[in-house]
Amino acid sequence: MDSPLLPEGVKRCSTTTFLLWTLPWLALLAWGGLSAFLCLWKGLNQTNMSNVFAFALWIVFDLAIIALGAGAFFTGFLTYIVGKGELKNVINAAVIIGFICYSGAMGMLGIDIGQPIRGWFIFWHANIHSMLVEVSFCITCYLMVLGIEFIPLILKNRQLDKIRELHIFGHSLHEIMAVFAATGTFLSFFHQGSLGGMFGVLYARPFAAREGFYIWPWTFFLFILSAIAAGPCFTILCTKLAEKISRKKLVPDNAIQLLAKISAWLLSIYMVLKIADTLGWIYGVVPRAGLKFIDFYREGPYGIWLVVCEILIFGIIPAIILLVPKARQHQGWLITACLLNCTGIVLNRFVFIIVTLAIPVMPFDRFWSYLPTWQEWGIAMAVIGYGFLLFSAAYRYLPVFPQERELNPVTE
Amino acid sequence: MEQKQGDTYRYGMVIDLDKCTGCGTCMIACAAENNVSVRPDQTDKERTITWMKLYKITNGKEFPNTEVSYFPRPCMHCEEDGRGHHQPSCVSVCVATATKLDHNTGIVSQIYTRCIGCRYCQAACPYGARYFNWWDTYFPKGKGLERYLSPEISPRMRGVVEKCTFCHHRLMRAKTQAYAEVRTDLEEHEYTTACAEACPVQAITFGDLNNPEHKVSQMIKSPYAFRLLERLNTKPKVYYISTKDWVRKLADNYLPGEFKPVTRATG
Repeated sequence: MDSPLLPEGVKRCSTTTFLLWTLPWLALLAWGGLSAFLCLWKGLNQTNMSNVFAFALWIVFDLAIIALGAGAFFTGFLTYIVGKGELKNVINAAVIIGFICYSGAMGMLGIDIGQPIRGWFIFWHANIHSMLVEVSFCITCYLMVLGIEFIPLILKNRQLDKIRELHIFGHSLHEIMAVFAATGTFLSFFHQGSLGGMFGVLYARPFAAREGFYIWPWTFFLFILSAIAAGPCFTILCTKLAEKISRKKLVPDNAIQLLAKISAWLLSIYMVLKIADTLGWIYGVVPRAGLKFIDFYREGPYGIWLVVCEILIFGIIPAIILLVPKARQHQGWLITACLLNCTGIVLNRFVFIIVTLAIPVMPFDRFWSYLPTWQEWGIAMAVIGYGFLLFSAAYRYLPVFPQERELNPVTE
Repeated sequence: MEQKQGDTYRYGMVIDLDKCTGCGTCMIACAAENNVSVRPDQTDKERTITWMKLYKITNGKEFPNTEVSYFPRPCMHCEEDGRGHHQPSCVSVCVATATKLDHNTGIVSQIYTRCIGCRYCQAACPYGARYFNWWDTYFPKGKGLERYLSPEISPRMRGVVEKCTFCHHRLMRAKTQAYAEVRTDLEEHEYTTACAEACPVQAITFGDLNNPEHKVSQMIKSPYAFRLLERLNTKPKVYYISTKDWVRKLADNYLPGEFKPVTRATG
C-alpha cells in the first residue's frame, strides 16, 4: 500500500505487519497522552513528586536520554569534523536517536514544570547564574540543529526526492552539514556539562556538591565525558536492535567497532576521573560538612552498593570489555558492555537526582521515599513509544542506513 | 537608635529554643497572615505548605533521660550559597530570576507570577524551606477561613513555589506609615513578623541585625547562639539560642571531636 514511499532496492515488511508493529508503541503514546492531559489539567498532584522530591522520575529520564542521545553530536563531530568516513554509515541513525531523545526530553520538561505556559520566561527573564538556564538555551538551540540535521534525510524519501527544489535544498544542507555538526558539538558540550553543573553547584547539599574549575564544578566535565562515552554505545545498541528486528545487517562492522573503540577510551578516562572526583569528594567536601562518606549510604535502599555498581560493574567492567579488541569484536560481549555502560550512565543520573534529594541535609530531618505514579510512568513510557515509532517510520521510509542495499542485496 | 532609610538593613530573627514550647502558634499565625493555602486533608506532610515548620527533636536517650526540644524553621534568608557567592543557593539557581535577595533589607523574596515551577530552588535549599503549590489554592468556604484572607498578600497559583518572606508586606506597611508621617526612619517595633508577634512566650525576636541597638543584634552575641547547618556557609539570618549542648549539636553535622560544648558562664 505504501510501497511508493519505501526506499528503492531494499526490502520492507508489509504495511499490515508494520501497522501491527506500531500498535504497542501507539498504546504507550496513548497512556502518555492521558497522563499528560491529567497533569496539565489537574496539576502535578497527579505525580508522587513532593517538596522533598522536587525532581523525580521525569528528570532522571530526561538526563538519562539526553546523555544517551549524545551519540548524535559526538558521531557528527567524529564524522564531519574529525573526518572518520566510516561513521557515515551510522550518522543518520545517530541523528535520529539524538532527535528522539532531545525532543522527548523537551516534551517531558514541558509537563514537568508547574507553569508550562511560562516556559518562555527562562529566555525572557534568564538568570545567567543558573546552570539550568544554560541547559535550556543549549538544548533548545541544539534541538533546532538536530532538526536541521534530520531534514536532508527526510528529503531523501523517494517521493520527496523527486521534487527538484527539495532535492537541491536537501543536497545543499548536506553540503554544509559540517557547520551544523560543529554548532551541535559546541551546544552539546555546554548543555551536557551544565546538566552536571546543575547538581555540582548544589553547594548546600554535600552529597551533590563538588569543587571545580572557575564557575564549573567537576560534575560539569564528568557529565560531558560520561555522555560521550555512553552515547556511542547507545547508538550501537539501537542499530543492533534494528538489525535484530529487521533480521538484516545494516551497519558495517568497521563503523560499530570504531564507535566501540572510541567509547572504550572515553569510558576509561571517565572512570579514572570519576574515581578521582569521588576521592576528592570523600576527603574534601564531605568532611568539611562535618560528615563521613558512609553517612550518605545509611538510609533507605541507597547503600554503598550504589558506588560499587556505578564504578565497578557499570564502569570498569564495560571499559575493560570494550578496550580488549577480541572482546568487543564478539557480538555478545559488545552488547553486554554497551548495556552495562548505558546502565551506568542512567544510574549516575539517578544518584545525582534522586539520592541527592532523598538524603536529608538537616541532621534531625527524616528520610522520605518516593515511587512514581502511573501518570509519571505513562509520560516516561510515551517517550519510549515515540522513539520506537519515529525510528521505525524513519527506517521504513528513509534511507537511514546507506549501506543497507549493499549489505542486503534483494534477489528478485 | 533610629535608622535612616537607604542605609543597609539586615533583617533577621532569633529563636530561643529554651523558651519554645512547641505550641505551633507561630505556624498558625504565619499561615493566616500570608494566605497560605490549605488542603481538605493536611496529612500529606510532603506536600502541605508550612512556611514556618516546627520540628520536634530529642536527645535520643531512653526514659528517664529523654529531653525534647522544638525547632521552628522559617526560611533562613541566607546571604550566600555556600561557596562564597553573595546570593543564596535558591537565588543563584532560579532560571527565571523569580527569587531575589534584596541587599538593602536582606530579605529573600519570591515573585509568584514569574516562577515557572521548575523547583530547582527546592532542590538547592538544604532547609526544605521552599514549598510548591501542588494543587490550586484552596480556602474552605463556609468555615470562616475566607474572612481571614489578607488583601495585602497575593494568593499563589498552582504550579509555583512559595516561601516565608519575613512578612515583607509588613515592612511595606511600616514604610508607608512612616512616609505618611513624613518620617524616613523605622522604629524597631514598627516592623516585625507575624510569628514573632504571635509567639505566646516571646521565643521569637525579629529586627535588624545591622543595628547594634536592636535586640536581635545583641542576642546573637550570646555564646549559646548558633545557626542551622552553619558549616554549609549559607550564612542564614535566622539564629537560634539554646543552652542545651545536644540541641546545638543537632543543628549541624560534626565529625567526632569537632563539637565544642559552651563552657558555662559563671556569676
